[in-house]
Amino acid sequence: MKVAFWPGCVSKGACPELYVSMQKIAPTLGLELHELTEAPCTGAGVLTEQNPELAYSLNALSLAMAEQKGADLMTICSTCQGVLSGAQHKLAADQALLGRVNGVLADSGYQYRGTTKVKHLLWMLVEDIGLDKLRPLVKRPLTGLAIAPFYGCYILRPEEHLGLLEKPERSTYLERIIELLGGTPVEYFGKSKCCGFPMLTFNADTSLKMAGKHLAEAKTKGADLLVTPCPLCHLNLDGQQPDAAKAINEPLGTPVFHLPQLLGLAFGFSPHELRLDHHVVNTKLALDKVELKV
Amino acid sequence: MKWSIEVGRYDRSQNPSGPNVHGYPPPYEAAPAKRYQIFEVELDDQAMVLDGLIAIREYQDESLAVRCACRSAICGSCGMWINGKANLACTTKLREVAQDGKVRVESPPSMPVIRDLVSDMTPFWKKNLSVRPWLEGKKPVPQGLEEYRVPNAAMENLIQEVSCISCGLCLMDCESFAINPDFLGPAALAKAYRYADDPRDATVKQRLGDYSQANGIWECTHCYMCVDRCPKGVAPLDQILKLRRMAVDAGFTNNAGTRHALAFAESVRDSGRLNELTLLPKSVGLFNIPAQLRALPTALNMLRAGKMPPIIHHKIPGVDRIKNIFKKVGGLFK
Repeated sequence: MKVAFWPGCVSKGACPELYVSMQKIAPTLGLELHELTEAPCTGAGVLTEQNPELAYSLNALSLAMAEQKGADLMTICSTCQGVLSGAQHKLAADQALLGRVNGVLADSGYQYRGTTKVKHLLWMLVEDIGLDKLRPLVKRPLTGLAIAPFYGCYILRPEEHLGLLEKPERSTYLERIIELLGGTPVEYFGKSKCCGFPMLTFNADTSLKMAGKHLAEAKTKGADLLVTPCPLCHLNLDGQQPDAAKAINEPLGTPVFHLPQLLGLAFGFSPHELRLDHHVVNTKLALDKVELKV
Repeated sequence: MKWSIEVGRYDRSQNPSGPNVHGYPPPYEAAPAKRYQIFEVELDDQAMVLDGLIAIREYQDESLAVRCACRSAICGSCGMWINGKANLACTTKLREVAQDGKVRVESPPSMPVIRDLVSDMTPFWKKNLSVRPWLEGKKPVPQGLEEYRVPNAAMENLIQEVSCISCGLCLMDCESFAINPDFLGPAALAKAYRYADDPRDATVKQRLGDYSQANGIWECTHCYMCVDRCPKGVAPLDQILKLRRMAVDAGFTNNAGTRHALAFAESVRDSGRLNELTLLPKSVGLFNIPAQLRALPTALNMLRAGKMPPIIHHKIPGVDRIKNIFKKVGGLFK
């Protein structure tokens, strides 16, 4: 299946392990990744906040680039998904805005016609590839691993932008994938809450306590690891975990996997191939449970 | 139809120093003094959660405390946790939320509780009052039969917030409030916007300065929880973002939130992508040495794990296209 692949800035920056693991598992999933190398950062909501029309123009450019490739746009970042879906929603509802935005794009060589579908890998796994096709790909079932899903805000909210009103089951896809891979999903409140990352640079204390609270809850409920479809959540939950532990004054130490890493592990790739040795929180304890050394 | 309603019971008068008051970390689940009690009620499949609670109070247990009045999402009294989400009991159908005929209701752990389903809304009202939710009219005040004249368009911006019924659902599930009880929260800040953008108000600048302080507009984590929880389409987050834009435009830029937004926008304009390496230092302020040093151990952790972004920040191909868009739409900010 051909997709216009948008990796997002973070998978090319501070979470290179996400980009590498996605590239690794794509052929197994039958995904042909046509990367949007000239698309800009979505603005992560920050640009939408300060200058909505600027953000809509930048995102319309990315959507138009996918349109020209003649394929659905696939994201591997909850935040990119949320911002692109949000822009799409506004542009579909406001023809005058769409006209102005296409005016801005006039000399870029692109025009957005409004036909692109934007889908996170998580949605594609269930809705396009299908769980029945995934099942036979599992070569190393993650039996015995208690896995806490962590969705990230922007793949769930606002529900109206993310298709949750038509497909409320999208809020349970991570659990379905975890089960299919042989793991046991951990039920906890934090799974659909905010990791705190959007505030990290200007409100570190609240941000870190937020991350710490959800990590501590998952740990208390017996999680061996967390899995997230959002690299920004990963930056706070893994990258900042030592600081989050200090902020809430509790020991933590629960590794956080990117969604493609979890899939890759079950598909039989080695932890090194999936860059599971490139995490701040050691993934070894969790991997030992499925008898693999980093 | 038979419904099974599990109710969180708690009585503050019996637990004067009880644990179920706001504190860090706020309890996600039952405080020890809270117990759950299951009631079975017979109601048709159109029944609301509130119908079930009233049936319990009228026919099974008169001691059940539940606050309600209008039963049509106008009075804003019956906000509570329904299956772990803040919602109005009067507009939530049992069949929409019940799993195998079962539903759990309780007061949300983020708020102090008076008894059972009755939260103590004092924090909510204090926050609302603290943003000065009234007009400070421009002078001269119209005399006699005269009134302030404003264009219709100016009022249209405010209509969304005016729909607020002060039910407090947004605050009950606010992610920042759950960590920092001093955060003004979504409802109060949406109300603040309503007055700050009213052309009749004479104190806009002062308002924007006040709201830019700690625990104000920059304490929101942008999680959209309030947008989804609001039963009236107020979209408090959208109003908070409008306040942020107004505050920046009015010159209240000496804060990490604004520096963060600026550094972000510059990076996208100049390279097409986010430069993670410079975002934090630029946000806390390049000369804020203590903050820079505090961030150092984390940076080293990430470096050790091979997670640092490339030192030389690469531009995306075709970056001129991006610069051009910035130029055409105009500036980094509005």
